[in-house]
Order: sequence, then structure tokens, then C-alpha cells
Amino acid sequence: MIDTLKKAWILVPVISSLLFIVLLLVIFGADPVEAFASLWSGAFGTQDKFLSTTAFWVPLLLASIGLLITFAAGLWNIGVEGQIVMGAIAASGVALNVSASRPVMLILEVLAAMAAGAVWAMISGVLKTRGKVNEIFSGLALTNLAIILTNYLISGPWQPPEGGTFRGTQPFVEEALFPLFANSRFSPLSLLLAGIALAIVAYVLKNTFWGLKLKALGKNPYSAFLLGVSSEKETVLAMAFGGALAGLGGGVRVLSWFDSLRQSISGGIGYLALLVVMLAAYRVFLVPFIAYFFSSVLTGSISLQLKTQLHSSLGGILTGVMVLLVLLFGDRSRIFAKKEQKDNG
Amino acid sequence: MDSGELIAVFASILLQAAPLMIAVVGETLTERAGVINLSLDGTMLLTAMTGFIAAYETGNVWIGFLAAMVAGAFFALIVAFGTIKLKQNQVAIGLVLTVLGDDLSSFLGQNYTRLPGPSLGRFSVPLLSDIPVIGPLLFNQNVVFYIAVGLTIIVWWFLGKTQPGLKLRSVGERPEAAFARGVNVNLIRYAYTMIGGALVGFAGASYSLAIKIGWSEGHTRGLGWIALAIVIFGGWAPIRGAFGAILFGATKTLATVLQREYPEVSVVAFNAIPWVLMIGVLLLVGSEWVENMILKLPKSFQRPVRKLLRVSPPMALGEDFVKK
Repeated sequence: MIDTLKKAWILVPVISSLLFIVLLLVIFGADPVEAFASLWSGAFGTQDKFLSTTAFWVPLLLASIGLLITFAAGLWNIGVEGQIVMGAIAASGVALNVSASRPVMLILEVLAAMAAGAVWAMISGVLKTRGKVNEIFSGLALTNLAIILTNYLISGPWQPPEGGTFRGTQPFVEEALFPLFANSRFSPLSLLLAGIALAIVAYVLKNTFWGLKLKALGKNPYSAFLLGVSSEKETVLAMAFGGALAGLGGGVRVLSWFDSLRQSISGGIGYLALLVVMLAAYRVFLVPFIAYFFSSVLTGSISLQLKTQLHSSLGGILTGVMVLLVLLFGDRSRIFAKKEQKDNG
Repeated sequence: MDSGELIAVFASILLQAAPLMIAVVGETLTERAGVINLSLDGTMLLTAMTGFIAAYETGNVWIGFLAAMVAGAFFALIVAFGTIKLKQNQVAIGLVLTVLGDDLSSFLGQNYTRLPGPSLGRFSVPLLSDIPVIGPLLFNQNVVFYIAVGLTIIVWWFLGKTQPGLKLRSVGERPEAAFARGVNVNLIRYAYTMIGGALVGFAGASYSLAIKIGWSEGHTRGLGWIALAIVIFGGWAPIRGAFGAILFGATKTLATVLQREYPEVSVVAFNAIPWVLMIGVLLLVGSEWVENMILKLPKSFQRPVRKLLRVSPPMALGEDFVKK
């Protein structure tokens, strides 16, 4: 009985974060019950909404899966947002400049997106191992540069024929886009790719020597070095692996969520993915569920804004507060450690 | 460009640098005590919003600054509590607060966007402002600039020349030794994390109340990260950090000037300057490439050049202190 209660402790920070949102809603004069109801219906109310939530989930899931690898290697891959953007840019480059049959187009776009994300991440890796630049800073700078590159492309070389508007490129041809499910933004093919990626990452981390090396590096770089693990090689490879999946996520954004390269092509999915993996405490099997929960909160909060005029950042606050409280108070033993030691001794 | 215009350009560089100088001084204090408060970008957004709303509602800018400092200290308290008391990862807590501060500022400030509000103005120092060149450059500035320079000098003096400053440094360098000499390591870390956070809060509010007056979503986005990079470039020293802040303040003005000179180059290209500079300065202070270049210099130059360019962090930066 007491053990079950101890396991249920995790609900305390989770429920506290919901109470925090209720408090915010009350302060802003909104009815919390009504707000949560429209959050729910915004995410799952109709088939369209449900498919929208699912479509938002796929790139988030891809970026999160990639982060599992970089986190295992002890890397703070904050630049994942920029890797998503680069993937989107590369996929768009293929979509705008190549014409071929649909399967060829899609393969080229996916490969280009993964390569671009990987390269952007590897720059951070090399800057870390050779340049002693912390990956947090290089990642942030590279993210901003990727966003600036997007803005340059859509206002310059890739502007639509009727003139640049800073909003996006012209829509891609049908052959360049992922086949979509029932006029939604959800592409089952992209989910299949994410599923394969998840299986590969779970296998790599659990059953391969490379996965073991990454974990050794992440846990204790010095002993890993003594064991003959090359921190440079594994760092750059882990970054490339994570970046490739983030880049694929960016490709999915332009080829199914949108149909063109847009100004805020990622819109914070990378940062959200970091929160997903932190909340999952780096456990592979939790990642898809938390990512789905987060994408339903964010999709729902957009409908909430349309209905109640409450700013859609409410969804971000809910996810942020939840991760913060779970990080701080989720580990029961840490909080009560001293007291229980005293009680037992 | 005549000399008057040139002075105006440099004066605007110094003004742009002022809030960065304040944030850098605050974070320098925190990190010299051994704690990394990575939440600066979120803290600055939150405090820029808080400061503006408090000043707007009361009509008094100083109440705005005060409210922003309280908000900044509160975020810093979360970092300190989570890392010192609960032994959680400093980077993880800082990052979550970065994202959360951004969203909170958008939500809480949603009814106050693009409103005219009170602001802090320019102040001409009598007599001194009449000195040619130096007068208009240094003594006919926004009040925020004087505060930034004053804080930088005070913190430089405090860290280097006073007993409490020495105590603070000892906590960040060798906490065990400090503890053995009777210093309450964790109390000092709490105190300077919160003081640092309050200063970052002041910096956030100086954007919405003096530099880019008013509030809108994402008002200071990115500047917190730049301040964090400047702390490293500054080698965790206030005066050098201030020069770093001026360097980055210059990129904003430089972009405006270059834009005027080369209208054919896309606007967006100039936005890239600070981010390229960020990677550049971090490479300068840390990379092995620069070290190899230094080794190629004549022997007698190596030491001074290394001292000029290279930095090393406080030895216990980011490490928990556990009483044994």
C-alpha cells in the first residue's frame, strides 16, 4: 500500500502544474472547466482535430527520438530547433528544384532533410570537441542562423513568382508532398518513418556496443576515455544521428503539415522536444506518450485562443510548469531522503 | 559620415550595450559563486514584461524596475533551490525556465502589448556633457547607461578588492577550502544567485523602460543567450565583460549602418552578425586552433597574448557542494 502511494508521488507535481494553470485562468477571468473542455475539444473534438494533433506529434516525436541519442552521450543538443529548420530548408530545396516521380522525390527530400540536419548538428559537435565551444551556445547560434537563412530564402531566391512576402515559398507540386490521410495534415508515411526511427534508437541504446559507448561517454567521460572510447568520434556521430532525425522532422513539417517553406517552420518544436525527453527522464518508451500529450496540449491551446481570446502560450506554460515541477519534486526520495534517514536511524 | 554622426553612432552603441552590461555583471556574480543560471533569456523576457506592466500601472518607472528585480530574483531562487537543495541538474532547470519565462511573458503580457508607457529618459551631466566628443558620448546618455557603468565598476571593485568579494570567489573556486574556513558555501550561493537574478531582471526591464520602450511578445528574445556568451568571453570578469557587451551592442548599430550603406544586401543578412560573432568569440577564448596559433608566436609574446585572449572558468562552476 505504502509502496503504491510512493509510486503515485509523481502525480503530485503533475496535478500541481494543472492547479497552477487553473489559478492563471481564474486570474484572467476565464472559467477553468470551460477552458479545459475547449482545450480537450481543440485537440480531440473532431476527427480533423484529432488528425491535426497526430500530425503535429510526428515531427515532435522524431526530434525527441533524436535527442535520446544525444542525451545518452551527455550532450545538451539545444540546437535541435535549428536542425529541424535546416531539414525543412533542404527538403524544400529538393521540392522546388527537382522534378521526378513521387517516390523518387520523396526519397530525395527525406535524404536531403536528414543530411542537412546531420550537418548542422555535426558543426556543433566539432565546435565542441575542437573549438571548446559548449554545444548549448553553438546550437543556439546555429538555430538563429538557420532561421535567418529561412527568412533570406523566402524573401529572396525562393520567393514566390508574385513577389516576396516574407510569408513563404509557393506551394510545392503534388508529387513533392507526403501522401496525406483524408484531407488532413497527417501523413501515415511520416508516422511509419518515426516508428522505424524509434525502434532503431531503442535497439541501439539497449543492444549495441555503440549505444554502450555513448552511455559510457554520457555517464563519465573520463572513464570512457580510459576505456578507449573516442569522445570526439562518438560526440560528432551522436550529434549527426540526432540531427538527422530532427532534420527529418523538419522535412515532415514542410511536406505534410505545410506545403511550402514558411517563416516559422518549426515554431519551437525543438525546444518542446527537449522538454519531452527531460520529462520522460530519458526513458525511450515514455517519449511517444509524452510527446503525444504535449502535442494535444499545444494543438488544443490554439483552438482555446480562437474561442476565448486567451493567448495560446497557455499550452506552453502548462508543459513548462509540468516539466519544471517534475524535475524539481518528481523524485520523492530526494525530497524526503534526509527525513527518512533520520526516522530509520 | 561627419564627426557628429560618428559620435551619435558610438553613443547609440553604448546605449545598446548598457542592459547587456547589467545582465553580464549579474550573471558574472552568480557564476563566480559557482552556480550557472542558464535561464537568462527567459528571465529577461519575463522581467521586461513585469517591469513594463508595473511601471504602466503605477506610472512610476522605478516601481517597474523594482518589480522586475523581484521577478528576476524569484526565477534565480528556483535555480538555486533546485540545484543546491534538490541537487538537480543546473542546465536542465535553467533550460526549462528559459522556455517557461518566454511563454509566461507572452501570456501574462497579452493585454499590454504595444501600449505607450512611462520610460526612463536621458540625463545630461552638468559641465561634463559640454566636453567635446567625450561629453555627448558618455555624459549625455540614458540613465540606464550610468547605472550600467556604475554597477560594472562596483562589482569589479567588490570582487577584486573586498573581503566579501574574496569569500564569494572562494566559494566558486574551492568550496571545500572555503567551507573549512567557516564560510557557509550554500548560503553564499543562494545569495549571489538571487542578487545576480535581480540584476538580470533590472537588465530586462531596462529594455522595456529605456531602450526598446514598451512590451510586445518576444521583446528581448535572444539577448539573454548573448549575455550568457559574453560572461564567458569576459572571462567571468566585470570590466572585460563590459567590453564584450559593447562589442555586441555594436553589432546592432553596425547592422543599421551597413543596411544604409548597402541597401542591395538583404536585411536578414545583417541579423546574422551577432550569432556569427557569438561563435567567433567563444572560439577565440577556448579553441585549440587559437592555441596552436599562439604557439607559433615568438616565445616572449605567447604569455601576454594568451592572457589577453584566453579565459578559464571558476573551478567549481556548475558543481554541487556536498558537506563531507
